[in-house]
Amino acid sequence: MTPFTRVTALACPLAMANIDTDQLIPARFMRRTRKEGYGPVLLHDLRFAEDGTPRTDFALNRPEYAGAGFLVARRNFGSGSSREAAVYALADYGIRAVIAPSLGDIFAQNAVNNGLLPVRLDEEAVENLIASLTAQPAVITIDLQAMRIEAAGRALPFSIDPVWRTKLLNGWDDLDLTQSHATEIRAFMAKDAQSRPWMAPDRGG
Amino acid sequence: MSDTPPRALFDKVWQAHVVLTRDDGTSLLAIDRHFLHEGSHHAFAQLADKGAGVARPDLTFGVADHYVPTRRGAGQSIDPAIAEMVERLTRNTTKHGITLFGLGDPRQGIVHVVGPEQGLTLPGLTIVCGDSHTSTHGAYGALAFGIGASEVAHVLMTGTLWQKKPKTFRVNVEGALGPGLSAKDIALHIIATIGADGATGHALEYAGSAIRALSMEGRLTLCNLSIESGARCGMIAPDETTFRAIAGRPFAPKGALLDRAIEAWRQLPSDADALFDREITIDASEIAPIVTWGITPEQALPITARVPDPARETDPVRAEAMRNALDYMALTPGTALADVPVSRVFIGSCTNSRIEDLRAAASVLAGRKARVPGLVSPGSSGVKRQAEEEGLDRIFREAGLEWVESGCSMCVGMNGDIGQPGERIASTTNRNFKGRQGTGVRTHLMSPAMVAAAAITGTLADCRPFLAGRAP
Ligand code: SF4
Repeated sequence: MTPFTRVTALACPLAMANIDTDQLIPARFMRRTRKEGYGPVLLHDLRFAEDGTPRTDFALNRPEYAGAGFLVARRNFGSGSSREAAVYALADYGIRAVIAPSLGDIFAQNAVNNGLLPVRLDEEAVENLIASLTAQPAVITIDLQAMRIEAAGRALPFSIDPVWRTKLLNGWDDLDLTQSHATEIRAFMAKDAQSRPWMAPDRGG
Repeated sequence: MSDTPPRALFDKVWQAHVVLTRDDGTSLLAIDRHFLHEGSHHAFAQLADKGAGVARPDLTFGVADHYVPTRRGAGQSIDPAIAEMVERLTRNTTKHGITLFGLGDPRQGIVHVVGPEQGLTLPGLTIVCGDSHTSTHGAYGALAFGIGASEVAHVLMTGTLWQKKPKTFRVNVEGALGPGLSAKDIALHIIATIGADGATGHALEYAGSAIRALSMEGRLTLCNLSIESGARCGMIAPDETTFRAIAGRPFAPKGALLDRAIEAWRQLPSDADALFDREITIDASEIAPIVTWGITPEQALPITARVPDPARETDPVRAEAMRNALDYMALTPGTALADVPVSRVFIGSCTNSRIEDLRAAASVLAGRKARVPGLVSPGSSGVKRQAEEEGLDRIFREAGLEWVESGCSMCVGMNGDIGQPGERIASTTNRNFKGRQGTGVRTHLMSPAMVAAAAITGTLADCRPFLAGRAP
């Protein structure tokens, strides 16, 4: 996984609330394997008209936001289904971070597991950012080390769960760490099987 | 008085599963049940990449539901792309020695209906599945939550999961529900009250006399919708209703082992003086039959209300979200909700497809005709058999609705059961998101009795007059 330390990229404003995972990746595309890539179908039904032509009024399709690496959206971004493909779509499209006043819990966890930074910023700061990016498309910097967004000569501090920050800064996944605790896990499960024998599914044995 | 600090139900289940806690406060939890469906192909691909195996196949169960065709009688052909999704699950579970309730298995159904039905869902367990409505199983006093594909892969490989502890939030619902109302109305009322992100970062506990009075089916519906207020999970303390629902289920403990289990489960309810990070109380008698009018479950109102007017909303961001919703839903402010015509109905999904849901819809529909077409998909093959024994299928068919096999069906449309662009569907499902039931389809969420009433009138409708003089 690519670490996220200090990233500078064009930010695209999406002045919408409740961009749920069904919109990020409509269910009908979820038969794809990851190798086929999810970038082309990101936000498909918002980006494309029914005949498949791009909707020119959708911010992500406008030339001035081409190549955007960050999205700035309104509240409740990524709510809904647990489909990690919503994160694959963003990541495969080239999005490195999403900034919103609130984000779905499962979405945010999935994002961190794929090196995509979920940033929670208060509603007023997000509205200001959306307004300024709409008036003037701009490159901004997100410094995860310093937990700061640098935009239009201003610094916006943000906070993030320390665990997520460490994982993103280092590009770690959990598995190596878990496997280093294999002995403790085995011991826990053996003891647990003694104290909660009813937990095991009764297979009529 | 004991000298241990008072604990909530959530804390008790959480603490019993912590293998270890890192310095940063994240805990490694032992996972007691892991349910898989066709969507797990991404996780199995990750396992294959690493050449890894499954740590606890004994605690892992596969169910074919998201992609299964609901019209699968003899002679009906299956779209090869869809069949491939179901076969991929069969290949992956077979390879790793995982029990599968697949297509054609009498135990098949929607994962969150099958878990409880098979006695796999028990109080005090940790339960995960790559589906956000895994919160459903919290109805039994389990800590159950949805996870993404990378986490599914992690649980498969290790039998554990890293989690940071959510905050706790108790919702007390006190008093008696009015006639014709159900758990769906309580759930939509709560979501409309606290917002679609109102419980983000929290574990919900539902308590109070109205919750105690709910059947197991009702509790499952309520916990199912926890995720629609942003909560990671929703839990209800186990009680006699819970224990009765478990006894005799195929995979549940039996005899002396069950007695021991029940004794332990009696210790699970929150201690009287347990503290919660947040707590609210709702008066059940104020809850009315609810329908959603927008594109998030929080955009919900009593059926007796009118379509709201964004011009009267003072918060500009909210007003903009309302305009966006009304535009997609093609609704005009001020229209009585009961005057909104529907083009189709759907009764099904892990939210409302259990036997009690089908009985509620049938008691509205008995001896009446639907004005619009619709689909009824029972939550499991077992529920289907029971409904047919009770003659409910006849009521649906005679009303003009289609009675089909069990699966996720029109909840998510992955199997091809979708509406046409522009159609308006009265639905017992859980999400009214744009395009959820098909591109351009408009979804109104409500209870099974309310969907049945909408079928009869051809508009959104109050179910209560149709239930007068009938068994609820
Ligand atoms: S019925 Fe809908 S919400 Fe339930 S498991 Fe299936 S897709 Fe998920």
